[in-house]
Amino acid sequence: MPTLLNKKPSAAAICRPAAPALIFGDLWTYDPAPETAEPKLKSRYELFIGGKFVAPASGKYFDSINPANEQKLAEIAHANAADVAAAYRAAKKAYDQTWSRLPGQERAKYLFRIARLLQDRAREFAVAETMDGGKPIKESRDFDVPMAAAHFFYHAGWADKLEYVAPGRRVAPLGVVGQVIPWNFPLLMLAWKIAPALAMGNCVVIKPAETTSITALKLAEIFQDAGLPAGVVNIVTGFADTGAAVMGHPLAAKVAFTGSTEVGKIIMRSLAGTDKKMTMELGGKAANIIFDDAPLDQAVEGIINGIFFNQGHVCCAGSRLLVHEPIAATVLAKLKQRISVLRVGDPLDKNTDIGAINSRAQLATIKRLVAVGVKEGATLYQPDYALPAKGYYFRPTIFSGVSMSQRIAREEIFGPVLSVLTFRTVDEAIEKANNTAYGLSAGVWTDKGARILKLAAELKAGVVWANTYNKFDPASPFGGYKESGFGREGGRQGLLDYCKLV
Amino acid sequence: MAAPVQIAVRRLFNDVGPVDYVGLEERVAKFGTRSLKKNAKRFGLKLAVSMIDLTTLEGKDTRRKVEALCQKARQPHDDLGTLAVAAVCVYPAMVPHARRALGPHSAVRIASVATAFPSGQTALKTRLAEVKWAVAEGADEIDMVINRGAFLAGEFSSVQDEIAAVRATCGAATLKVILEVSELETYDNIRAASFLAMRVLRPGDFIKTSTGKTTLNATLGNNQVMLEAIRDYYLETGVPIAMKPAGGIRTAKQALTFLVAVKETLGDAWLNNTRYRFGASALLNDLLRQLEKEKTGAYPAPYYFSEATESY
Repeated sequence: MPTLLNKKPSAAAICRPAAPALIFGDLWTYDPAPETAEPKLKSRYELFIGGKFVAPASGKYFDSINPANEQKLAEIAHANAADVAAAYRAAKKAYDQTWSRLPGQERAKYLFRIARLLQDRAREFAVAETMDGGKPIKESRDFDVPMAAAHFFYHAGWADKLEYVAPGRRVAPLGVVGQVIPWNFPLLMLAWKIAPALAMGNCVVIKPAETTSITALKLAEIFQDAGLPAGVVNIVTGFADTGAAVMGHPLAAKVAFTGSTEVGKIIMRSLAGTDKKMTMELGGKAANIIFDDAPLDQAVEGIINGIFFNQGHVCCAGSRLLVHEPIAATVLAKLKQRISVLRVGDPLDKNTDIGAINSRAQLATIKRLVAVGVKEGATLYQPDYALPAKGYYFRPTIFSGVSMSQRIAREEIFGPVLSVLTFRTVDEAIEKANNTAYGLSAGVWTDKGARILKLAAELKAGVVWANTYNKFDPASPFGGYKESGFGREGGRQGLLDYCKLV
Repeated sequence: MAAPVQIAVRRLFNDVGPVDYVGLEERVAKFGTRSLKKNAKRFGLKLAVSMIDLTTLEGKDTRRKVEALCQKARQPHDDLGTLAVAAVCVYPAMVPHARRALGPHSAVRIASVATAFPSGQTALKTRLAEVKWAVAEGADEIDMVINRGAFLAGEFSSVQDEIAAVRATCGAATLKVILEVSELETYDNIRAASFLAMRVLRPGDFIKTSTGKTTLNATLGNNQVMLEAIRDYYLETGVPIAMKPAGGIRTAKQALTFLVAVKETLGDAWLNNTRYRFGASALLNDLLRQLEKEKTGAYPAPYYFSEATESY
């Protein structure tokens, strides 16, 4: 009987191999499928203060690099303390004269407009986000951009219903809020921070991360197109000094920070004794717990999604896999097989599953911690596929035989590195999962509903996902326990963190 | 004390493990986002053509209709050279006509549904006799239906024994076991039924989704459950079982997505028509149309392609 055409399967594919093994070879390879939408980048981005793009007082600019090929994308203004002060003055003026006086219904119109304009330009933003940050286009296209728009839509809906945020109490805006966001979800974090603040009637000074400022400044173009009153949102770009100025400015009624626990602690120390409100969304080392009765293929899919989504640059990444001893070998084998069909490479290719690491510095951090893992005796597994010659790439990595005392089981790596540990009983699983300084998220995989409810109650984590992972919704509050921070983002609880009760 | 039937149910389901509906749907949604361009697309389209079981299963089938179908199967389009589909699939009464039309040593195989297709609701003796007759008349492959009533009643051994009996009756003919997934309803049931069948099949025999006679037939979801069952069984025993989704796959885009699922679940060894088939008819012309489009850059009108069959 005829098999096939121009390409024939290899001999190994026809004869049954001695030990059954699947062949994921090159019989049918996908051609490059680059997303071709124009990202419409400028060669230089200024600061966005008082509704206008203005040059920084310092006169300094820094380069934004595409991590996929190490090429320069644009120059970004470096704001100093004087620029930050100008941004706060603009925000304060907008707060006093317009924004806090507008009825919620009117504020909602602006938020709806921003959401719709972002949807209109979704492909353009997705490409810009991918070029700037290195994440695969399928994620920026299917997750980051639509979810950012969803946050504006959701909070637009709240703006005229604020009397229901705290039943029996009245709410009032805080004033000007200073916000600093990380580089893992540049546009989404921006939306996540700005939308509730604006809905509640606050004005904003926000600093994006230095490696990923472009989509924030593109969104500023949308603010202009939407006719958002000048000064309601001010975007100052730069490095840690800029961030410190944003967090420490006396006009800030509240500061909100998303980033590492280390920097969060520095900010908290510097603000001790002031009357500023704070919310912190910090690091994580989430446990993804798999019981022997779990639907294994779907659990494996959840593990993959949990740790390799956005190259593992996710604060709630399921970086510790706790697997029930009887199924440890099976799960590990299934994981390895699943990883062999993941595609690492050009983030703009629609078939890429894992893109580029965000920066040279982060790549170095990941390499350093992986080397520590090897040195401390964990078993390393990496698939052997080729990586692009240029750009910051790292193979998806699994460490098995990890124990709780090893650094790769305790420290946040923020990369595509999974540490696999085992447990024997439910209590042991809970104890291991909670034995960490962090408490942002956790996952539970089991066919038993009662066990899910027990673990949801006993795991010290802000989010517990059951038989799924990395699910987000603007209506669902997100935030941490312990050193993963405090305050919630999203939902009614998120709004409460941007208002005072009067 | 649990009844023996209940014990059998528990044993099988514990043995094969559960499937999570939501997670499975999420997985298969990702196959649809794979973007196939240029050579990858052409290769996939031709591969899909070579995997078709070109089907007509109607009360109104005639000798002439089956002859036309066989001609179309042998030469789907004048631009494709010698590329033919894998098989024609007909009712037993049409097997002699198909054999005469294709000749004794045809590369295109003849598949016959049998065992009181599509319901299977008759005596085992009658069903086996039908299989025997179809093979004697020249069928290369037999598409049987499982006893869904017995499966849902938990009488697993009787379901399995019947499959074994049909297999024995097939002789050298390849067996395809239709689970009729829409009547099994849950992914857990589909996974369990797949294992039940595979455990009595020979290497190269098929499990197949559906008869095409119910409302919901092959979907990416139930295809995936069966592919994963085949993978797990192969890795455990070394016995490669083949797969045939049937019914409801009408467009080239759908077929390519199914093939992506095969590529990423079972790998290269299943990307040929001894291990994977499409039970379809309308699909063929859409594949041909897409192949023409790849060649000329323009979609030809449907009337440029000969109609071979209108059902399934």
